Order: sequence, then C-alpha cells, then structure tokens
Amino acid sequence: MIELYVLLGLMIAGSLIAIEVKNLLSAVIAVGVVGLGLSIVFLLLKAPDVALTQIVVEIVAVILLIRATLNRDIAMKYCGRRPFGAIMGILFTGFVFVIALITFKDGLNLFGAPLMTVSQFYPQNAIEGTGAMNVVSAIILDYRAYDTLGEATVLFTAVVGVLTVMRSPGKKKEEDLQDSK
Amino acid sequence: MSKEHDHGMTIIVKTVTRLTVGLIFLYGIYIILHGHLTPGGGFAGGVIVALSFINLDLAFGGKVSAKIFSRGSTSVIEAFGGIMFLALALLGLRWGGFFDNFLHPDGEPGMLISAGIIPLENIAISLKVGAGLFAIFLTLITLQKFESEKK
Repeated sequence: MIELYVLLGLMIAGSLIAIEVKNLLSAVIAVGVVGLGLSIVFLLLKAPDVALTQIVVEIVAVILLIRATLNRDIAMKYCGRRPFGAIMGILFTGFVFVIALITFKDGLNLFGAPLMTVSQFYPQNAIEGTGAMNVVSAIILDYRAYDTLGEATVLFTAVVGVLTVMRSPGKKKEEDLQDSK
Repeated sequence: MSKEHDHGMTIIVKTVTRLTVGLIFLYGIYIILHGHLTPGGGFAGGVIVALSFINLDLAFGGKVSAKIFSRGSTSVIEAFGGIMFLALALLGLRWGGFFDNFLHPDGEPGMLISAGIIPLENIAISLKVGAGLFAIFLTLITLQKFESEKK
C-alpha cells in the first residue's frame, strides 16, 4: 500500500507545480505527471480497463496541449491574491475533514466491500449471458449500451464543436492543410 | 535523401518512428479485436490507432500522414463508425429490442469469434474515436500554422 501513497504524493506535487510554475511547457508536463500517476493508481486498484484508457487519453491530451500552447503568445494576466477564495477553500476542506472524522471513526470498509447485489449479478451471469470473457466489455457494450451510445454522442459533439470553432482560419489555406513546415 | 526528409523532425526521431509506428498501430488493432477477452476495448484501441497517425504526422510532417489518412477521410470514417454503432443497435429491434445481442450464441466464450455483436461494436467505437481525435489534432495544427504565418 506504500506505493499508493508515494504515487498520491507525486500527483499532489505535480498539480501544485502545474499551478505555480511560470513556464507553460513545464506546466503541461506536470499535468502529464498527474495523469500518468493516476493511471498507475488505477492499475494498483485492479481496474486495468480504466488504467489503459487513462494512459492513452493522457498521452493524447499532453500532445494536444503541447502542440496547441507552444510557440503561441498567450496573454499572461497576473492574478492577485484572493483572500476570500482562500478562506472559503480552507473552511470547506476543514468541514469535510471534520465530517469524515465523525463518520468514519470506526474505520473505513475494505476496498470493494461489502459486495452489493448488482455487482454479484454481473460476474456470475455475464459470460453465459453475453459470451464475453471481459465483464467490463460485457457491461458497457451489452447491459449498459445506452451509456456507451451517450458517450459516443458526447465525443461526436466535441469533435463537431472543435471543427466549427476552428473552421474560419482553416478555410483560407485549404490546399496545404496537413503540411506543417 | 529522399523528399520526405525535408519536413518534420530530425533523422533520429524519424528512424525511431519508422521502427515503432507499425508496432503501435498493430497494438491498437490487437486491443480493439480482443476487447471482449482482455482489458481494453474500442475506446482505448481507437485512441492508440490515432496516436500512431499522430506520431507519423509529428515526425515526418503532414504530407506523409496525409497520403495514408487525409483530413477529409477522418470525417467520413468518424461518421461511418457512428452509423455502424447505431445500425447494430437498430438491427437488434428485429430480434428483441434496442441493443439486443442478436448474434449471441456463436462460439465458445474465450475464442476470438464469440460474444455476439460486442466485437463489432468495439470496431465501430474504435473507428469513431480514432478518427475524431485525429481530426481534432489536425485542426489544432492547422490553426497554429495559420497563426504563425500571420505574424
């Protein structure tokens, strides 16, 4: 369990660096550290499907952020200290901490326990019900396929939105769209 | 030096990319096709396939990847993936309901040909996700190039 705490500390350090550092490339790399640490955390918590998706999406996100932010003059605006926001943040964190201390004073349950009725049904019935050995795949593409349809719609909307917003400058150089010198 | 060395990154990056990009592409195909047997599936496999094209585009410049997978075809392939997913869902109406697994008992569980329409749905989602992410990447690169030429 010690490796989990090391990774969580690395992720907290990475997010703090990403906020505080002045150089934009360093900030993007620090965000990448957070995402890759999260992927290993998912692997340690025995969720390989989510870990695989997290690591590939993180790589794409870091590449897109580097390509989209580097060599571009972004107007830097100095944000002054905001004492009201800091006080509210500390108050809310303390509130959650106190509530958690009161609620979990007998100790937390083990991870994944108690086993609920629904989570017993899927491992017992998924293989003869759908024929898929990967129970996660059986759930997201058979039992909960509406969910995947909604997810595909969200991605389609995102792609259409990006293409629409970026369209007007792109149209003028139609002949060498993919040529990046 | 052939013509493709004029654009893109240095010769080291190009050599490493030439050796690895096929393996990355094949790994994505493997993740997609074994989505119902091992961890992974259409989403992760589609992103890996898109990453192999992004790798080509970054290392060799846009002309090489445009020969294989142009910007116009990304829209077509993404739309084809979405329509394929929805058509598989609607075909189930004939046998029982929306998203009915109408091919189901079709082989031993654990074999490559099994699990009914789940592998076909994985392929549809991978086409959609991969083409969509590659289209976003190409659009952002085009915008950046336009801004740097304007200066």
